[in-house]
Amino acid sequence: MSNTERPLSPHLSVYRWPITMTLSILHRVTGVALSLGFVVFVAWLFAAASGAESYAVLLGAMQSTIGRLLLIGCSFAFFFHLSNGVRHLFWDTGRGLAMRQANASAWFVLFASAVSTAGFWMMLS
Amino acid sequence: MSLRAPLGSVLGLGTAKDGTSHWWGQRVSAIALLFLGLWFAFSLTTTDFSHAEVIAEIARPINNILLLLLTATIAYHSYLGIQVVVEDYVHASGIKVLALILSRFAHIALATAAVFALLKIGLGA
Repeated sequence: MSNTERPLSPHLSVYRWPITMTLSILHRVTGVALSLGFVVFVAWLFAAASGAESYAVLLGAMQSTIGRLLLIGCSFAFFFHLSNGVRHLFWDTGRGLAMRQANASAWFVLFASAVSTAGFWMMLS
Repeated sequence: MSLRAPLGSVLGLGTAKDGTSHWWGQRVSAIALLFLGLWFAFSLTTTDFSHAEVIAEIARPINNILLLLLTATIAYHSYLGIQVVVEDYVHASGIKVLALILSRFAHIALATAAVFALLKIGLGA
């Protein structure tokens, strides 16, 4: 019963890619990444509780190059999801939804999460 | 003409009023994680990650309680998020239900392991 004659809505690729779309996708991607980060968090607590030897193994893996890169990614995911989450909570009050405001808050969230991630690793040292 | 189901009009109870519980649960846990998450990130910057110090810090009652709250809230928030992702992208109903059940099992198992580790360190067992 499909009517192939009916006009189709313009396909997504017709539009210029807006920054808000990137952030919407990133929010979901970082959310899933943080769920995997939760596994690392639990492994860290469990290794600490199991004793110095198992803790040393986990700490060694975390301090390897790949481990560090993953943790840096995880911390960026955390700060991004946190700042963009605040943006979402603000939207839930019905404010900040105009295009200009949403674009501005998108860039602000990217800036804030990059600065927070850098600051976090400097403080860790 | 009423659009209510016969059983509904007999019982006269209206809706269960929990249609927005998922939305609310996600928002409320997000607000809790905003504070717990920032506290945790800040705490990480004040430790040297040696086994002795990590154990000593986790054993402190205030840290232990906040870590228990953080664990429970992450597990809840993460489950809600993964549920939305699964429901959005997995369309085959059998696999979808299986994925949701596995996600629930995984989140509960991870949270239980973390709580066990935290209590073990906190109670000095």
